[in-house]
Amino acid sequence: MTFSLTINGVARELDVDADTPVLWALRDELNLTGTKFGCGVAACGACTVHVDGSPERACVLTVEDAVGRDIITIEGIKGRAAEAVRDAWREHDVVQCGYCQSGQIMQAVGLLTETPKPTDEDIDAYMNGNACRCVTYHRIRAAIHTAASKMGA
Amino acid sequence: MNIQVSRRGFLASAAATALVIGYDARGALAAQKLQSLSVNPFVLIGADGTVTVVAKHFEMGQGTTTGLATLVAEELDADWSQIRVEWAPADESRYANLLFGSQGTGGSSAIANSFEQYRKAGAAARAVLIEAAAKQWGVAPASITIETGVMRGPDGRTAGFGAFIDAASSLSAPAEPVLKNPSDFRLIGKDRLPRYDSKAKTDGSAKFAIDLRVDNMVYAVIARPPRFGGAVASFDPAGALAVKGVLDVKQIPRGVVVFARNTWAAIKGRQALSVEWDFSQAENRSTDAIMAEHVAALEKPGTIARADGDADATLAGAAKTVEAEFKFPFLAHAPMEPENCIIAVDGDRATVWDGCQFPSITRPVVAGTLGIPPENVDVHTVYAGGSFGRRANPTADYNAEAAMAAKALGDGRPVMLVWTREDDIQGGYYRPIYAQRITAGLDEDGKPVAWSHKLAGKSILVDTPFESVLVKDGIDATSVEGASTLPYAIPNIKVDIRNMKTPVPVLWWRAVGHTHTAYSTEIVIDMLAEAAGADPVAFRMDLLKEHPRHAGVLKLAAEKAGWGEPVAEGKGRGVAVHESFRSYVAQVVDVSTDSDGVVKVDRVVCAVDCGLAVNPDVIRAQMEGGIGYGLGAVMRNKITLTDGAVDQTNFWDYEPLRIADMPKVEVHIVPSAEAPTGVGEPGLPPIGPALANAIHAATGKWVTTLPMVDDGIEFVS
Ligand code: FES
Ligand code: FES
Repeated sequence: MTFSLTINGVARELDVDADTPVLWALRDELNLTGTKFGCGVAACGACTVHVDGSPERACVLTVEDAVGRDIITIEGIKGRAAEAVRDAWREHDVVQCGYCQSGQIMQAVGLLTETPKPTDEDIDAYMNGNACRCVTYHRIRAAIHTAASKMGA
Repeated sequence: MNIQVSRRGFLASAAATALVIGYDARGALAAQKLQSLSVNPFVLIGADGTVTVVAKHFEMGQGTTTGLATLVAEELDADWSQIRVEWAPADESRYANLLFGSQGTGGSSAIANSFEQYRKAGAAARAVLIEAAAKQWGVAPASITIETGVMRGPDGRTAGFGAFIDAASSLSAPAEPVLKNPSDFRLIGKDRLPRYDSKAKTDGSAKFAIDLRVDNMVYAVIARPPRFGGAVASFDPAGALAVKGVLDVKQIPRGVVVFARNTWAAIKGRQALSVEWDFSQAENRSTDAIMAEHVAALEKPGTIARADGDADATLAGAAKTVEAEFKFPFLAHAPMEPENCIIAVDGDRATVWDGCQFPSITRPVVAGTLGIPPENVDVHTVYAGGSFGRRANPTADYNAEAAMAAKALGDGRPVMLVWTREDDIQGGYYRPIYAQRITAGLDEDGKPVAWSHKLAGKSILVDTPFESVLVKDGIDATSVEGASTLPYAIPNIKVDIRNMKTPVPVLWWRAVGHTHTAYSTEIVIDMLAEAAGADPVAFRMDLLKEHPRHAGVLKLAAEKAGWGEPVAEGKGRGVAVHESFRSYVAQVVDVSTDSDGVVKVDRVVCAVDCGLAVNPDVIRAQMEGGIGYGLGAVMRNKITLTDGAVDQTNFWDYEPLRIADMPKVEVHIVPSAEAPTGVGEPGLPPIGPALANAIHAATGKWVTTLPMVDDGIEFVS
């Protein structure tokens, strides 16, 4: 079947099974490989994309359910929060292996969009589903605070 | 956006050829203008002034690309923005790890073994560029300076590196160039440089093997035996073949492969496959039975790994003794990027794309599987999404599987093999199960006089190609490291090991043997301190007089943590110190407990002595990471088997440390001029025992079974 999805502002036609997760459609059909496969069961957040402006797990969102919704990936995320997060991530050298970081950044942009001045508790609650096996959490917290102050400035 | 990678394009970029000759639009040989100069196997200078550092070590997050590039940039006085890093092709003759003699990354050795080599490579480039510039400008070499990538003559004229590569190509770079005096370092030891890989890893552009696309490739997943040592009895491909996108189904020695035109179809095809398994040679026991066998083995004599004095006799006459028995589970590495690689077989040649940790293993394993010569296997290394030891496998298991799959498919199409998270958690190569018992004794004055440490666990190296080199007199050094090297001044020490057998494949897991030995030894040291009525830090300091670097980190961590200041009711503070991979780390952990005894890990203060600190911030990051990785494991991770089948499936039930679990972490680096040593692993060993000692301080309970949740400890969630 063919599904029409809006990815990073562009309409894309996909000829895949209805139950295909958006994750695999992005990666294997559209070559948007910045969105990562970590678990496939919404347990790690590596696949986080924005759907209608909010972070969602692309590994459990089917192509069928994504029709008509606005999907933004790490390749397409823009705006003040995204820029502040990316800059802060680089300032703090958050990344290690980097494999989880697309998801971390998409989730952090979601947090700052909803809560411009988050506390440590806000950060822990909002980011808790995004696993990092390299354990960069310490810096993620610091970078989110930095991003928040950049946005406030 | 096009991220297709043609096979040829990839080959060209990884090859360190001395002369790249340009072709004009009609394909005719153009004027022989140099596009890049290969000064030596590690440094290429481009006509555009870029400096390409050829990294012989892969990047799994430990910061090696940054580290190796720092060494070259320092000696060459290059600007950081000029630097590119590429990974070396498989070639032991040029890119061997000087510690192993083969090409691979592990044992926290990347910077340690490359420190001189990459500095020399950068210094040689500097020397040859200066010589070329001196000739071209007609000035004395000594009158030329280089500052952040700009060469300056005595008359003030300036030029970039690219201007001299033609002239430099006819010169030979010195083999033993003069290195900078450490007091002149501008980059090494400073916090001036950002991580090389920060940018690509924050915009989605960094490429991991799972992100590569080779023309015409197919995706593959494998149905493997659900018990270790099992085999395929029979299978019916019909269900799988009925799934849209599934291309083929083939049996290989490791299971049944489903080939498809995308990953999702391959995963669905595997679900629809029916396979009958033969478990006659399999591990059919549960982990309870395996552990009981390990514990029972402690009663039998072991192979002696260390014997100072007479521990048994001294223990029999000791004034006081303490004893503890430890039980540790299998652990999966669970790197964030599940195992995967691409292989293309073309006649008697093969190309592998992988976040490849050990080209010197991948090459012969793939060659052996395909029946081709090892030198016909090219390996293209890309970023690896974590490893923690998983990718440095003596069997190169997933490379071998990919080769088997490509061979079974047999039509020359490249194969991308993908493991799902379930495959990873259930796929073996675990940190081995260990049972240990330590008995230690004090004399009348509270001085430790005897120590007996018994271990039982499966050796990682027995029955691998490394056995002949690394297993001596029945002792796999990695089983007893940290125990046989106990630094404390105790006159009578006995350490013995029992090598256990199980078909469950085991592997080094971040910090290897130290993951079980630091925990047991550092808890028993605290038990001895308690029995002696001594302060745990003072007690250790007294026994570490011959080990100033252990003592140095212990003192620093204790000071920074405010050791000795009163700790509030319900809170606890614990300490541990351990050397691994020639680096020394001490940690002080603070916990608090609520009225129900639920534990929260509040803070970790860490001190590390890894010799000269090349990139201090990378060192801090590795300490933070090692602490967190170890913390998650000791708190709640275990792999268990029921009748041979792995119980855990995914991150739901093998749950990584989460951000809300993460304590505050402070890292302090001991200033040092000693040769640099590793940091990828050494941050991990002390965290478990320091936490256990803090929990004991808060609750009075010694936690000797891991994970801690299985020993009655509850953590704030
Ligand atoms: S891959 Fe989607 S949450 Fe893990
Ligand atoms: S940086 Fe490696 S998993 Fe997060």
